[in-house]
Amino acid sequence: MKPRQQRMLAVGLAALGIAIAAGLTLRAFQDNMMFFVEVSDVAAGKYPKERNFRIGGLVVGGSVQREEGSIDIRFEVTDTACTVPVSYSGVLPDLFREGQGVVAHGRMGEDNVFAADKIMAKHDEDYMAPEVADSLSKHQQDIQQAVVKGASECGTSDS
Amino acid sequence: MWKWFHQLASPPHFYRISLLIAPWLGVSGLILVAYGAWQGLFVVPMDYQQGDAFRIIYVHVPSAYLSMMAYMIMATSGAIGLIWRIKLSHAVAAAAAPIGAGFTFLALCTGSIWGRPMWGTWWEWGDPRMMSELILLFLYFGYMALRSSIDDTTKADKASAVLALVGIVNVVIVHFSVEWWSSLHQGQTVFKKGTMDADMRIPLFIMLIGFTLLFGSMLLRRIRTEVLYRERRTRWVREMILSPKGGT
Repeated sequence: MKPRQQRMLAVGLAALGIAIAAGLTLRAFQDNMMFFVEVSDVAAGKYPKERNFRIGGLVVGGSVQREEGSIDIRFEVTDTACTVPVSYSGVLPDLFREGQGVVAHGRMGEDNVFAADKIMAKHDEDYMAPEVADSLSKHQQDIQQAVVKGASECGTSDS
Repeated sequence: MWKWFHQLASPPHFYRISLLIAPWLGVSGLILVAYGAWQGLFVVPMDYQQGDAFRIIYVHVPSAYLSMMAYMIMATSGAIGLIWRIKLSHAVAAAAAPIGAGFTFLALCTGSIWGRPMWGTWWEWGDPRMMSELILLFLYFGYMALRSSIDDTTKADKASAVLALVGIVNVVIVHFSVEWWSSLHQGQTVFKKGTMDADMRIPLFIMLIGFTLLFGSMLLRRIRTEVLYRERRTRWVREMILSPKGGT
């Protein structure tokens, strides 16, 4: 074997080793790499009990209730299978609206309402002009229908 | 074909060729970026949700793409240098690092500026996309620090090439972070059909090409100075400097 081929083999094997090591590490830390917990997992009680965490889902259409004369707000988030109620008091991001993906940071209360201290909006990968969006408003209806239709499937999805 | 490649790997030959190519890359890149920026800022319609704020995409996406592209160039040429012992390829790796770090910084900044009004946060510790991009910046810094801490160029080349190869893992993570894990950052848009209107997408492609050409021009110029420094004691450099044209 020529020295050049030996070096090629060495670099190749090293790269393979690193790739395997990285793959195993990332697998082991899978849960910790998640930025937020899915709504279904929260509904099933699979969330950190003793500390703050983030919950991510869509704001359920028609669920947003604002307290008269204050900045308190209550709404529900869904992953189209389960829903979890969220309470929050503070400034909301520009993109916050019904049907929008949001990530809330806080902890689960005794009353099973998620008490958020920070709300972030999660943008999707769609970009379009306002006129195009108007003609595609069906998209929003789909989300709302999914919420109504899917609510009964809660708890069945993790089998 | 192979002969042409081997010739290109010879420093004096590369020095002459790159002198011819770099300005063309630079000028065409500037024209495309200027056109793309004008389109992106004034012609393209605003987004239905984000309004005008989405226009930062025309800088953010090309920078983020080049931050990874520069790393891959750095790591591959490091590997080529390790295996085939080609001097020029180590010069390429050394030259790519600061440019890559610059684009990484630009991607982080533009992302943060956009994130404040859209997500409602400047920065989120623990988000896989943001963290891996930040680690990419630190990898560039580590790479440059390692290079400059070893005086012997040959040793510095080898050590930093190994570091760059190990760091490829992180580039893969940056790319797939939004697919493997839940992230505040949205998923892939650019090469997915139907996610972006054509009149928004085309200027983005123009910006991507323009940024790449500018990057190419910057890279060639940096390689040239790197080659000149590394070959400072050789005869061809001496002859070029002393020739009537003065090596320009």
